[in-house]
Amino acid sequence: MIKTRANTSAHSQVLVLGVGNILMRDEGVGVRVVQRLEELYEIPPQVEVLDGGTSGVELLPYIEGKGALFIIDAMQKGDMAPGEVVVLDLSSHIHVYRNRISPHQLGISEVLALATLQEKIPPVVKLIGIRPSRVDTGLELSPEVEEAVDRAILLLKKELEGMGLGLAEKRG
Amino acid sequence: MGKRITVDPITRIEGHLRIDVEVEDHKIKNAWSSGQMWRGIEVILKGRDPREAWIFTQRICGVCTTVHAIASVRTIENALGLEVPLNAQYIRNLIIAAQGVFDHIVHFYHLSALDWVDLVSALQADPKKAARLAQQLSDWPLNSAKEMKAVQERLQKFVASGQLGIFGSGYWGHPAMKLTPEVNLLGVTHYLQALDYQREINKVVAILGSKTPHIQNLAVGGVANPIDPNTPAPLTMEQLLHVKSLIDNIKDFVKKVYLVDVAAIGAFYADWTKYGAGVTNYLSVPELPMDEKGTKFLMPGGYIANGDLNTYQPIKDFNDEFFAKNVKECIKHSWYDGDWNRHPWAEETKPDYTGYDEEEKYSWIKAPNFKGKPAQVGPLANVLCMYAAGHEPTRKYVREVLDIASQVAGARIGLEALHSTIGRHAARAVRAAVLTDTMDEVWEALVTNIGKGDYDTYNPPKFPSGEIRGFGFHEAPRGTLSHWVIIKDGKIENYQCVVPSTWNAGPRNHHDEMGPYEASLIDNPIADPKRPLEVLRTIHSFDPCLACAIHLHNGDDQEILQVKVL
Repeated sequence: MIKTRANTSAHSQVLVLGVGNILMRDEGVGVRVVQRLEELYEIPPQVEVLDGGTSGVELLPYIEGKGALFIIDAMQKGDMAPGEVVVLDLSSHIHVYRNRISPHQLGISEVLALATLQEKIPPVVKLIGIRPSRVDTGLELSPEVEEAVDRAILLLKKELEGMGLGLAEKRG
Repeated sequence: MGKRITVDPITRIEGHLRIDVEVEDHKIKNAWSSGQMWRGIEVILKGRDPREAWIFTQRICGVCTTVHAIASVRTIENALGLEVPLNAQYIRNLIIAAQGVFDHIVHFYHLSALDWVDLVSALQADPKKAARLAQQLSDWPLNSAKEMKAVQERLQKFVASGQLGIFGSGYWGHPAMKLTPEVNLLGVTHYLQALDYQREINKVVAILGSKTPHIQNLAVGGVANPIDPNTPAPLTMEQLLHVKSLIDNIKDFVKKVYLVDVAAIGAFYADWTKYGAGVTNYLSVPELPMDEKGTKFLMPGGYIANGDLNTYQPIKDFNDEFFAKNVKECIKHSWYDGDWNRHPWAEETKPDYTGYDEEEKYSWIKAPNFKGKPAQVGPLANVLCMYAAGHEPTRKYVREVLDIASQVAGARIGLEALHSTIGRHAARAVRAAVLTDTMDEVWEALVTNIGKGDYDTYNPPKFPSGEIRGFGFHEAPRGTLSHWVIIKDGKIENYQCVVPSTWNAGPRNHHDEMGPYEASLIDNPIADPKRPLEVLRTIHSFDPCLACAIHLHNGDDQEILQVKVL
């Protein structure tokens, strides 16, 4: 029988989840965004920031029961320019994530499906998508996407402020 | 020539795999496995500090983060001849075993059960009948009619809201789906329960590894968990007791649910014990070292030729020459420049894409071989080797799974049934049961050692000038993983990962012998060429994970799943 609760910070209401593979340059931009976010800002206790890498089902306990989920990911969409950043509201239609807007939707889309089946999907699910420019082997982001990191953080900051959650810049 | 079917990509796996088969009279006559992405980790690691290699290798793949980290530190330690303190071995072992159990549960229930269990059919089940059936097989307390009914209602709601499409890769109502609605409901019930249990056991990894999905506690030479049983330091007695309770929690689920489900579903699909054997040279390595040098292991490993358990040859320790000498990789049919079969230390990585051509080159995956022959790796190889080595816990759980299957089938199902598609699932469940028991033993050893006042967790590495070589292996959830390194003046000169999915998904080798995926598909039935569920069944039974076998996303590909019938 299960006696213990999930190991993640049960008190946080919002999960900011960066996903992607940092060994493939811009493919890992989601992870780069959350890394920089934690470098630059004090994260309030209501917000949990997670570097999800390319994981799948291991992310489920972090997602379940949150009030809001922000996924930050590289997004393959024809009409976007490299480095362009968009916010998509996926709440109540998470199946959109299937339509190959991300190179690793397999993991994330199944995880969202499982959370839905368990009736533990956050009521708000938003995707902050960044169009990659280079996805070959390497650790450095392309210049366009490097610039997009700060814009993605600003968009996320605005979203969080809209929920009454301010991010203060770290000092020193 | 028969009808050609291309499945591209194979869904519900990590990474990108294309399978081509030729079908005649509803049977597969020929098959090709192709990795559609290129892996370039070697390029990233060249010139780096060997102490950091594990941090990068654990990013190769989202499913196998921990296993690449473990293999990498062992590889550098091997090159240095560096021993690892007992506490560090034990902590690593707990992480390895917990991650293995987690991975096996998730693979069976969440990545492959839907090949056998029809979600939609479960809606027609009588929950009382389903509960009666379940209670005949196991005394698991969550097999009640009330539980089954609640699951059915939740599923009903999910389907009614039109969300089933999320599981777009399911084959509802396919003619090869043979389970009764009641067995399907039982499967769905345990599918949902498994979600809770996989999460619980993965907490062991999070507690000891400091974080998931990317653990942070490893170091070349040991682990970075300082031990102090009396103060609130990173690893305390309180945390160790929490780990113990998590280990206790998972045992019943593995033995009373997972093992039983695999045996029962296997019995209902007994015809699938005849399909999918493929390559029956089996390779596995010993795992869970219990001494500093890596010479004593809780789980044995070795090599079996031609499916004959009498040929078993053990692989004995972290310096085993039989293993080190006999691993090679061939690129005759892979998109790399040249045509060679080389030892990993002598390999080079020069990608050269020349288009898909089955006569020439058709995959980014190399063709690994052991003693010059293709070999199957994974839980089946591991379980057969442990069985051949006389490992008592393995023999016990193999007997148990075959007894339940025989009872359900009403006919004797023997050990030979394991050489099959369904046998790979059974072996994975057996391995999960063996792993849960090892966790007790390792936990006791760790607590006893700390009790003696030994708090050592780390031996600092020192890199000599000049060239050194090393290899490290790990019996990962998907099978034998090995990393190979050449270090020059303290920097990485060459790094190669020979990963489980490369062994299994590799193309034809230097003698044009098929790889394990390819060979396992031969003679599989195909009921409906437009919906080749049978291909998925056999391929999924290997637990494919292509992200580490190969890498780089093919940006031109727009299709989620493309099945071409020519």
